[in-house]
Amino acid sequence: MDTATSGLFPRSTIESMPAPPLTHLSEEEKLFQASVEKFTRERLAPHARGMDAAGVFRKDLLDEMFTLGLMGIGIPESYGGQDGSFFQSVLAIEELAKADPSASVIVDVQNTLVNAAIQQWGTDEQKGRWLPRLARDTVGAYALSEAGSGSDAFALTTRAIQDGSDHRLTGRKLWITNAAEAGLFIVFATVNPGEGYKGITAFVIERETSGLAIGKKEDKLGIRASSTCEVILDDCRVAASNVLGEVGKGYKIAIETLNEGRIGIGAQMTGLAQGAFEHALAYAKQRKQFGKTIGEFQGVQFQLAEMATDIEAARLLVYNAARLRDAGLPFLTEAAMAKLFASQIGERTASRAVEVLGGVGFTKDYPVEKLYRDAKIGRIYEGTSNMQRMTIAKRLLERGEFR
Amino acid sequence: MDFGYTDDQRQLRNAIRKFAEAEMKPHVMEWDESQEFPIEVFRALGKLGVLGAVFPEELGGAAYSYAEYAIIVEELARVDPSIALSVAAHISLCANHIFVAGNDEQRKRYIPKLATGEWIGSWALTEPESGSDAGGTHTKAVRDGDVWVLNGSKTFTTNGQIADVCVVMAMTERSASTHGISAFLVEKGTPGFRPGKKENKLGMRCSPTNEMILTDCRVPTSQLCGKQGEGFVDALRILDGGRISIAALSVGIAQGAFDAALHYSKQRKQFGRFISEFQAIQHKLADMATEIDAARLLTQRAAWMKDNGIDVNKESSMAKLFSSEIAVRVCNEAVQIHGGYGFIKDYPVEKFYRDVKLCTIGEGTSEIQKLVIARQLLKSDLPHA
Repeated sequence: MDTATSGLFPRSTIESMPAPPLTHLSEEEKLFQASVEKFTRERLAPHARGMDAAGVFRKDLLDEMFTLGLMGIGIPESYGGQDGSFFQSVLAIEELAKADPSASVIVDVQNTLVNAAIQQWGTDEQKGRWLPRLARDTVGAYALSEAGSGSDAFALTTRAIQDGSDHRLTGRKLWITNAAEAGLFIVFATVNPGEGYKGITAFVIERETSGLAIGKKEDKLGIRASSTCEVILDDCRVAASNVLGEVGKGYKIAIETLNEGRIGIGAQMTGLAQGAFEHALAYAKQRKQFGKTIGEFQGVQFQLAEMATDIEAARLLVYNAARLRDAGLPFLTEAAMAKLFASQIGERTASRAVEVLGGVGFTKDYPVEKLYRDAKIGRIYEGTSNMQRMTIAKRLLERGEFR
Repeated sequence: MDFGYTDDQRQLRNAIRKFAEAEMKPHVMEWDESQEFPIEVFRALGKLGVLGAVFPEELGGAAYSYAEYAIIVEELARVDPSIALSVAAHISLCANHIFVAGNDEQRKRYIPKLATGEWIGSWALTEPESGSDAGGTHTKAVRDGDVWVLNGSKTFTTNGQIADVCVVMAMTERSASTHGISAFLVEKGTPGFRPGKKENKLGMRCSPTNEMILTDCRVPTSQLCGKQGEGFVDALRILDGGRISIAALSVGIAQGAFDAALHYSKQRKQFGRFISEFQAIQHKLADMATEIDAARLLTQRAAWMKDNGIDVNKESSMAKLFSSEIAVRVCNEAVQIHGGYGFIKDYPVEKFYRDVKLCTIGEGTSEIQKLVIARQLLKSDLPHA
């Protein structure tokens, strides 16, 4: 794994360090988390319901996320970013998801897919061209899926035809998160359909480029404030300087960015579960039935105990995968486990929270209704639960053991 | 023991399925979006005899058994759970309360109108502070000569604002606690009786759920339904049957979601094969189908017991608990099988996923069902008797 050389510490240093508890945060991490928590509580939470109903993310909040540095967490300072760790991205994604998983996925895609891909695979010229914009005011989108290629990602049919030193792209990309707001798209297309995954190439395309259009915006169950659109390429001409990495090596970019991206989705689902749990706990302490607060009943107490235990386990998997990644150690299996487990916990916890609230949990007057709808996407995007199981099982069978 | 449907039951199922597919299916998403209850569908169901399902023919009913009633609710829910919920509240809560507890005059006045769908019924027990703890009713009724004066507010009343008659539970003798609650039949338009806030919900969106407000609402003593002080006891009996409705509703939702998932898995190709050819998907489908079958059997057993005059307190709770929990799980897996397409409103599983959550909450949460089951188990020396 190439990331083995990109961590903060050389492997020998890591192995000689005493292991701190995974959930123990450094001073810098604590300060960062507190700033995201404040934004989430004061700015995001009051608008979560309204943005869900409207199906649109507020421009002013998006601007504030840029100002706070949340859209360029891992981008080096020299490019106008925060120079933060991958783990800090994970902290931000988790924190935002407590109140609004839509805001969380905007930050997730920007940091763990778009910025990460350009940082890792871009030339110095490309980094200088795009990273400052991504850190400052430009939303990025990552366009891999198509109608006929979901889990089977490398069956994509969007075609890139060489024309002099340029490429002309034609095809339709589906389920593209952030597409409505995005100014920059990483688009995967094949230069040679006969060669399978070996033809796949990544292109960075600016929104204004002629031949790129945003199609149907999906009307969704959850994460409704985050846009999901079709992206249509119709003879879209891009220069050689817009190819990310090498021609025919796009599959490597897709695989490796998605490996990291999964940790982000694990963090989103952990934050969502935490948010739902906190609402359920507060409600259990004030709702009275049969002359007692419902929190005094063992039936509800046990639900709360299980929810909290589930969340802690999910968080540990997510933090471990993120810290492995920052340390430059292999994390592929751990990332798949974190996403598989945390997304199941997100769903289960949101469902239990609705139930602790009873009838009012089924209405839009309380935030758990929205979290329940938002949770479902966790087991679908950036690799369905079945795809995570496949990744985990494949690694287990290859190595014959885990650890 | 006979586990099969009779020919009549099969015909009934086919007739309801045909109606639901033809008259309801094309409009389901439009009703969900607008949150408007389609009265015309309700009237059509009245004409079919569905709304008088369990009542005798002399009252305009269809004299179906509870087992047959469960088939009807299941088939409606398979296409649109909101309609099934409104139908269930109409029949097994409102009309059934009047039929079981009311006097002859009340039965004759209300059941025929409700059975034909000329009138819509609702049933109001829950209040903001008394949900699971239904005995904590605050709405009160005070006798004033030959009228009762009702004051209070009810919440989460299914069909509230569209109903022509509502069975309202109110406290007539505070000191007697649950034996001080009585039921009253309050008609739409009675001065002092009006629908309040309409809830904006996760699912079941075209079935209206309202607050119902009573302000010095005066009803004649002839509107007392059942014996004074027996309203809550009657309500609990009604809920024993109501749970069979929610169990059937859950089975129908699960079946609808499963059917959609099965169909999708047979036409969606990934990695050069239909996804139904992958064992991971096959095992999901097998689990789902097995759970649905088990849920239907529990539901039909409870219905059969009720039809045979056997106490169903525990068995209807078991049916409701199990069916609602597996329905939530099945809808979840159905969305999962659809992948991204399951998360958008172009496929029916997105709506099933939202609607189904009501089933583990309405007419007694899963937690309350466990309490009822456990109480019965501990009371009896022979839990399997």
